[in-house]
Amino acid sequence: MQSDPQTLDHSPAAAALPQLGHARNPGMALDMDWVRAQQANTSAIERRTAALPARRSVKKDHQAAWLLKAITLIDLTTLSGDDTAERVRRLCAKARQPVRADLLAALGMGPIHVGAVCVYHEMVEPAVAALEGTAIPVAAVSTGFPAGLSPYPLRVQEIRESVKAGASEIDIVISRRHVLSGDWQALYDEMREFRAACGAAHVKAILATGELGTLRNVARASLVCMMAGADFIKTSTGKETVNATLPVSLVMMRAIRDYWERTGHRVGYKPAGGISKAKDALVYLALLKEELGDRWMQPDLFRFGASSLLGDIERQLEHHVTGQYSAAYRHPMG
Amino acid sequence: MTVKELFETMEYGPAPESAAEALAWLVDGGDRFGHFIDGRFTAPTDGFESRNPATGEVLATLSQATREDVDAAVAAARRAQAKWARLGGHGRAKYLYALARLIQKHARLFAVLETLDNGKPIRESRDIDIPLVHRHFYYHAGLAQLMESELPGHVPHGVCGQIIPWNFPLLMLAWKVAPALAAGNTVVLKPAEYTSLSALLFADICREAGLPRGVVNIVTGEGAVGEMIVNHPGIDKIAFTGSTEVGRKIRAATAGSGKALTLELGGKSPYIVFEDADIDSAVEGLVDAIWFNQGQVCCAGSRLLVQEGIAPRFYDKLRARMDKLRIGDPLDKCIDVGAVVDPVQLQTITRMVEEGGAEGEIYRSAAPLPEGCYYPPTLITGLSPASTLMQEEIFGPVLVGTTFRTPAEAVQLANNTRYGLAASVWTENVNLALDIAPKLVAGVVWVNATNLFDAAAGFGGMRESGFGREGGWEGLHAYLRAGGATKPLKQIPPEGKPEEPEVADPLDRTAKLYVGGKQARPDGGYSRSVYSPRGRLLGHVGLGNRKDIRNAVEAAQGAKGWAKTTGHLRAQILYYIAENLSARTAEFTERLRGLTGQQEKSARAEVEAAIARLFTYAAWADKYDGAAHSVPIRGVALAMNAPVGVVGALCPDEMPLLGLVSLMAPAIAMGNTCVLVPSEPYPLAATDFYQVLDTSDLPAGVVNIVTGSHSELAPALAGHMDVDACWCFSSTELSAVVERASIHNLKRTWVNYGRARDWMGAQGEGREFLRAATEVKNIWVPYGE
Repeated sequence: MQSDPQTLDHSPAAAALPQLGHARNPGMALDMDWVRAQQANTSAIERRTAALPARRSVKKDHQAAWLLKAITLIDLTTLSGDDTAERVRRLCAKARQPVRADLLAALGMGPIHVGAVCVYHEMVEPAVAALEGTAIPVAAVSTGFPAGLSPYPLRVQEIRESVKAGASEIDIVISRRHVLSGDWQALYDEMREFRAACGAAHVKAILATGELGTLRNVARASLVCMMAGADFIKTSTGKETVNATLPVSLVMMRAIRDYWERTGHRVGYKPAGGISKAKDALVYLALLKEELGDRWMQPDLFRFGASSLLGDIERQLEHHVTGQYSAAYRHPMG
Repeated sequence: MTVKELFETMEYGPAPESAAEALAWLVDGGDRFGHFIDGRFTAPTDGFESRNPATGEVLATLSQATREDVDAAVAAARRAQAKWARLGGHGRAKYLYALARLIQKHARLFAVLETLDNGKPIRESRDIDIPLVHRHFYYHAGLAQLMESELPGHVPHGVCGQIIPWNFPLLMLAWKVAPALAAGNTVVLKPAEYTSLSALLFADICREAGLPRGVVNIVTGEGAVGEMIVNHPGIDKIAFTGSTEVGRKIRAATAGSGKALTLELGGKSPYIVFEDADIDSAVEGLVDAIWFNQGQVCCAGSRLLVQEGIAPRFYDKLRARMDKLRIGDPLDKCIDVGAVVDPVQLQTITRMVEEGGAEGEIYRSAAPLPEGCYYPPTLITGLSPASTLMQEEIFGPVLVGTTFRTPAEAVQLANNTRYGLAASVWTENVNLALDIAPKLVAGVVWVNATNLFDAAAGFGGMRESGFGREGGWEGLHAYLRAGGATKPLKQIPPEGKPEEPEVADPLDRTAKLYVGGKQARPDGGYSRSVYSPRGRLLGHVGLGNRKDIRNAVEAAQGAKGWAKTTGHLRAQILYYIAENLSARTAEFTERLRGLTGQQEKSARAEVEAAIARLFTYAAWADKYDGAAHSVPIRGVALAMNAPVGVVGALCPDEMPLLGLVSLMAPAIAMGNTCVLVPSEPYPLAATDFYQVLDTSDLPAGVVNIVTGSHSELAPALAGHMDVDACWCFSSTELSAVVERASIHNLKRTWVNYGRARDWMGAQGEGREFLRAATEVKNIWVPYGE
């Protein structure tokens, strides 16, 4: 089942993707020594993330700029059973124009858009249609999202269907049982095949960290997925009891840094679920800047998986412009 | 820059904390401050300027205390003390609680003032210093409340003179004032001249709390004021935090004065990283270890020891992390490293690195460094233990590093220092962590963490890092003494040579020294005849000299494996000694009668008391438990009672057998080895006693006996740098001699100041002895997976 890194897609089409600013991670052979050597000291990690918000605060114009940046990093998401094509078109309209034009003008900013729109497979086509003419990619959650327990061939086929439907990013879910039972080879093989099935589309590996039991498992799973060629590693489906947290983010960012230092390949990071406040977004960006550096603060290497974060950022931006606290109804909904 | 530009650069930008309120408080005080004596501020006099090290601006003019000021402060403290103590635990707890509440209410004012005055980042003063300060007062309100029921028979020292450093101005004040007040003492405190402002604000708070006049007195000024406090005859106890050099001077100055003393001094604390550690977390830990408060921290993890295999990668990660540090305006909330406290300190750091740094490879943080009183975070690798910078405290943001191969070597390197304050151990292996932590000579050990503090856990050092603990129940003892009246102790001279010595038995019995489990002739080759009060020649005793002390200490050091034995085994041996002594009760009774001329009944009582005492400490050997302190982390702080090491003791003259047993038994029960100088006039009970030891399975070298002149042996024993504690209960006035001689390695001393102790009664045994025989070592183990 294990595929060779060379067989992966390096077509010109991949290089032409709007979000691509660096060479894709080709993956590498599974290095179990490296995986087993991963350590994660929970208490120390929690101390670091607890202290960080107080160590780094961003104020005034800087804060406005950071919040605007955060918007461009959002995977604007709808993953509901009652999603319809119309609902997705509305969301896409918001994705193209996430902030009121008068606010952008007051801030001296040109037009911005979100990082991507993230939907279920059935919504890919309407989303792609609605975003035509923009540089906004459509991401599809896949592989039996959120539990990842549908028949394996169907999961692989699901990826192919979504890519065919026009998704240029695929958010796959890993089999948590491979992590929990320590079957790293199985995780690697699965990820490798998912990646191959994506072809030119970028693949984000959702680890469902809330179900992996320990931070050490998060570190190991991160590394195995990167070795198998993940373009992004992502915390959660948003459907677990515990989704993105700062300690999990620190562990995954450090794994990304290690992987980059050793292989020279940059892998992106996507925290998802539970990030709904502008203030939280600033803390995540500060952690990103501290641990991975400025290069990662771009949509090709970082995304927020969020549905309600944008609304709070809009209110904060209006407060920045007017000096008065804002209200939700003043901002167009998605 | 425009928002649009910032959107591209993603810089942090300034995040200044306002200084307005703190500056307004200074203006309200007229920018000039007097001392706080007897509940009032004195009129300000010309003294010295307090500056903001970040800008060089003058914040206020402070008064330099004169002798009259210090006299007035001590007199006020004295007047207030008895009433303060009589207020009772609950009465004092109410005031301490009020102080805690008020500090919390004015937390931000204190934090900003501290940062202005000291140069530390506002994040630290706001999130670490000040919260620890009010926590300390809350905790000690509790100790005051519980003291009477939990520590009956203890009384306060009286007036405490307290001298604190500039690195944590208000926190060090809290560590000093809170326990002193809780225990019923009153205080005269001198803040460091660089950083007196938060102490003056605290004085203001004392008035708001309605604290009775004279309970807290604060005098400002330079080192000379500290000297006046140290030498003041009206002060009963000195507590000092600062440099080892000054601590040594204070020990010398107070020697023999009867003043109680606690010292919290310098350090060169090891930060040990094993290859199985969470490397990124260990790197991050160093930010809190050595770049916390610009490295001006006595317990800073300033000596990095990394396992060889991971060293290159560790250093790479560390250098990358250093480049991310933000250095600059301490009032900026987005700053990691602020200003060094004063240009003088900056020069010291600069000079030390210039002189010693070339031995290694120097890396300086690439982060921009502002003009002014700032020093870049620095790493010096490739140093050897012999390098000056591996040995000397720099007290700045400079980390020195070397590598080790095995856990045993890590311990060796870690302990290869004159200091013994703190240590950090990083490993994911619980077996390794809990094996290493107790082996490190340090009062505080952090496992997978660094610089964790809490009022509930004692803080303090071993070796030349000082003695005494601050925080926890163990810290409260530094401000208490045993109550009850004592009588002066009369010197007991040896019986002189009679005109006509009566020789009872021509068969010579040769009493020798007992060193390393063997009988040894005195090095000098001299002996003294021992006579009974009635002129009977009882035998000869060797006159030990300093070389015999040297040999005995060497033997005691060689027997240190004793500390690793179980309490159960030590108990068995103590019982066995008691058993063997008991079998020879008649013989020892006769010996004591002969030596002292006392009645058979009282001589037998002493022997029986000695047997009982051995039983007491056999009982204690496996029961003097440590504690698991309730600290506010997910984890435990284990307060372990570790043996002090080698205890040298000048035994009581008046009770030649019981006195010796009363010192020996607690020492060895707790795992110490010892060098005992027995009763000078009546030495033959001790030389008989080594025969008992010889037949009791006691390992060689655990107990060594050197007979001879107390006044000759005391300086050698107290001055020996491989002796960790020296106790003196001699009837010869040697307290000052012992305390003065102890300065070389700042060993713990316990002396009688010429006062008698009732060895037969409750004063002769118990927790006081066990405390003297142990060091409380706090091992912090955060956990969680």
